[in-house]
Amino acid sequence: MFPMVRARMVRAAAMALLAASLVAGLQACSGGADSDEARLVVYSSRAEHLIKPLFDAYTERSGVRIDFITGEEQPLIQRLLAEGESTTADLLITVDAGNLWNASSEGVLRPVSSAALESSIPAHLRDPQGRWFGLSVRARTLVYAPARTGPEELSTYEALAEPQWQGRLCLRTSRKVYNQSLVAMLIAEHGEARTEEIVRGWVDNLAVDVFPNDTQVIEAVAAGQCDVGIVNTYYFGRLKAQRPGIAAALFWPNQQSTGVHVNVSGAGVTRHSPRPEAAVAFLEWLAQPEAQAMFAGLNYEYPAATGVALDPLVADWGEFRQNLINVSQAGELQADAVRLMTRAGYR
Amino acid sequence: MSELAERLPALPHGRFRRRRGSRGWLLIAGLLAAITLLPVIVVIASFSQIDAELWQHMSRHVLPRVSMNTLWMVLGTAVGSLVLGTALGWLTAVCDFPGRRFFGWALLLPMAMPGYVMATAMLGLSDFNGPLHQLLQALFGSDVAAPRFRHLGGLLLVLTLTLYPYVYLLSRNAFMSQGARSLEVGQSLGLDRMRSFLRISLPLARPWLAAGTLLVMMEALADFGTVAVFNYDTFTLAIYHAWYGMFSIQSALQLSGVLILAVLIIITIEQRLRGRSSYTAQFAGVRDEALLRLGTAQRWGAFAFAATVFLAAFVVPAAQLLVWAVPNLARDFDARYMGFAFNSLVLAMMGAALVTALGLLLAYAVRLAGHPLARLLARVATLGYALPGTVLAVGVFVPVAWFSDSASSVLAWLFGDGAPRLVLQGTLFAMLLAYCIRFLAVAHGPVGSQLERVTRSVDEASRGLGVSGMRLLRRVHLPILRRGLITAAVFAFVDIMKELPITLMTRPFGWDTLATRVYQMTTEGEWERAALPALAIVVVGLVPVAVLLHQSDRRRA
Repeated sequence: MFPMVRARMVRAAAMALLAASLVAGLQACSGGADSDEARLVVYSSRAEHLIKPLFDAYTERSGVRIDFITGEEQPLIQRLLAEGESTTADLLITVDAGNLWNASSEGVLRPVSSAALESSIPAHLRDPQGRWFGLSVRARTLVYAPARTGPEELSTYEALAEPQWQGRLCLRTSRKVYNQSLVAMLIAEHGEARTEEIVRGWVDNLAVDVFPNDTQVIEAVAAGQCDVGIVNTYYFGRLKAQRPGIAAALFWPNQQSTGVHVNVSGAGVTRHSPRPEAAVAFLEWLAQPEAQAMFAGLNYEYPAATGVALDPLVADWGEFRQNLINVSQAGELQADAVRLMTRAGYR
Repeated sequence: MSELAERLPALPHGRFRRRRGSRGWLLIAGLLAAITLLPVIVVIASFSQIDAELWQHMSRHVLPRVSMNTLWMVLGTAVGSLVLGTALGWLTAVCDFPGRRFFGWALLLPMAMPGYVMATAMLGLSDFNGPLHQLLQALFGSDVAAPRFRHLGGLLLVLTLTLYPYVYLLSRNAFMSQGARSLEVGQSLGLDRMRSFLRISLPLARPWLAAGTLLVMMEALADFGTVAVFNYDTFTLAIYHAWYGMFSIQSALQLSGVLILAVLIIITIEQRLRGRSSYTAQFAGVRDEALLRLGTAQRWGAFAFAATVFLAAFVVPAAQLLVWAVPNLARDFDARYMGFAFNSLVLAMMGAALVTALGLLLAYAVRLAGHPLARLLARVATLGYALPGTVLAVGVFVPVAWFSDSASSVLAWLFGDGAPRLVLQGTLFAMLLAYCIRFLAVAHGPVGSQLERVTRSVDEASRGLGVSGMRLLRRVHLPILRRGLITAAVFAFVDIMKELPITLMTRPFGWDTLATRVYQMTTEGEWERAALPALAIVVVGLVPVAVLLHQSDRRRA
């Protein structure tokens, strides 16, 4: 019985190896002559279902084919570093400014000067040297339980450290980059010592252990485990779309002072892009209103460009004032923020 | 040993060798170790630059806690998996109880569920106002507190339930090849059943139990997803803390170096404990008539035990996934799923074939080299399993990219500017290479422990009957190794189906798999939409595996 199984296994293995080497060989050959203008290669840490529709739309309009891989930011940046001049990638897309800042400080992005991009994307949402541009805004705001608290009691991120919120606050883990950016921004505004006090205050006020994601924070607020939490708006948008009656609402904090903390999902042209002009053209297309509405609309985010129509569900949350500190600060201070949160016992 | 080496062709030369031991085999072991050393070299190279300030922060605020946490997690998971896996392996291999044949393969199913998926499902069930809480409220009134699973106990439960199959399948192999005979020996020596199990069957199964437990420990050490869901700080989380949080890949690699050291220590302790004992025994399979008869209470007790584990580790989390998946079916399930499933299957099959073949090669290299160095090289070659996947992915990617680049420069120098460029990164070649480095351990464990069953006397007897060389391998060794080979292939297949970081980083354009699909959804926190691809992994990955195991069980009868 066994020799037959074995023969089959050996044959299957041999076929598999053959196929693998064929594919590897073919790609190795095609990799070299890769500079045709009608193609772009994108490395994206923005999830496929939030980005592919835009690629398809662009291909339809311009005829440029877009090949892409998705993955985590840091491995993608390491990949660009390892590939160096031989990379086929033209653009890097991420979902936060910290990693874009890191990519540009590692030297894998190139400066781009484009009047179109500079006029449509506000200055605080792009790299001052033009190495990356925010394409959608991810606002980190407060979610609260209307039955137990409200705008009269809520004011700022900083105020959530006050004793009145003892046992009423829910937070997501400090491991998520959005919280790291938020704390980095607080450091930029208040310095380390004051920020550490604020973070310690938050930790003292926690109603339950920190959650692994924003959705659970909103669920906990709605279920009555706590009264207030800090979340990105689009998580709330998704839940609201599924359950319009959910017992939670959004509040825009810091409207009298610094403004709501925002992060960006954005993109930059790689240093060794084989097709830089085509890459910039694609970036410019992404920054114009039609693409902007789509970019943000796919995930209940806010467009980075001004004057773009909002999804009705998002428009419903009203206008708010953004924090105008350049989002690259979030990257610059991220390592400090991470250390600070660890010291303060925010897990 | 030397006779055997004489009778088996040395693979690289294809001719007989007459020296004691064989340099060729040592060379093979060395080559396999060298491949694994690729990422390890990247790790070691990282020590050239040390960020003193960051290390100070880590050693003060991070390392003490994560070290203790990791220790408890690894020990707890190892003990839990060892006990659960051994008990279930013993029951399904040797004892006669209702549903034995079904549980034989079904108890393997939890393996297909990535740990972080099961963790999310379990926490979803047990959370505040979740189904379990509501059930408790219905039973005991509305002030009942929600059960709390977000602590070490809950984590150990989830890790044990996803990882015990490694021990289970291996211990089952061991007990099956011992048969009820070892018990009969015990009884003839006047021992009761429990004592004969403890004194004879269990010690004889030791290489298998050790191999399985070692795999569990390495997998637990490298785990990132499950501990992240529980927000339990382990060494792996410290690595990501340094890398993703503080953008210091150097420090992340240095921490990985410490992890590698820990694994080397574990392996050395295991080898020392094992010492020089030899674990040879009869290798006849258990036939139904040779099964251990249990009393009525014991039979149903065994059934209840197996059923409970199967329910908790598979049915309940799978049902939770199904509940999440159904509402998103219309939106997410489309023709592309055929492509995802196809890619997953192709990768897992190619990878499993390759990894199993290399595992077999490595096991023979250790056996036939007849040199203590070969054992050390084998340890090095299987280290990849204990590295966090993302670190390993980078560790493989960097040298591969460097090699392609250098090769391209040489080509350009030889043939001028028109020479083709070699781009190996982002090809199946790089992917399969990384899979081999990562999963050699899961193939080497089962094959290596099974190979200990092939004694020198078996070889001598075969030779006496005129069977030698390739025929000896085919007619005598492979039938004995078959179960080990199937186990190795199953482990590698399922592990590659679930594998994420390597697949994410090295896959060619368009090679999305079911696992990367899970990632797409979880990365934006859309857990409920991730349930569909997670379930698809279970269905596509495990059904063929279960069928294979079921048939291999049958064949022996």
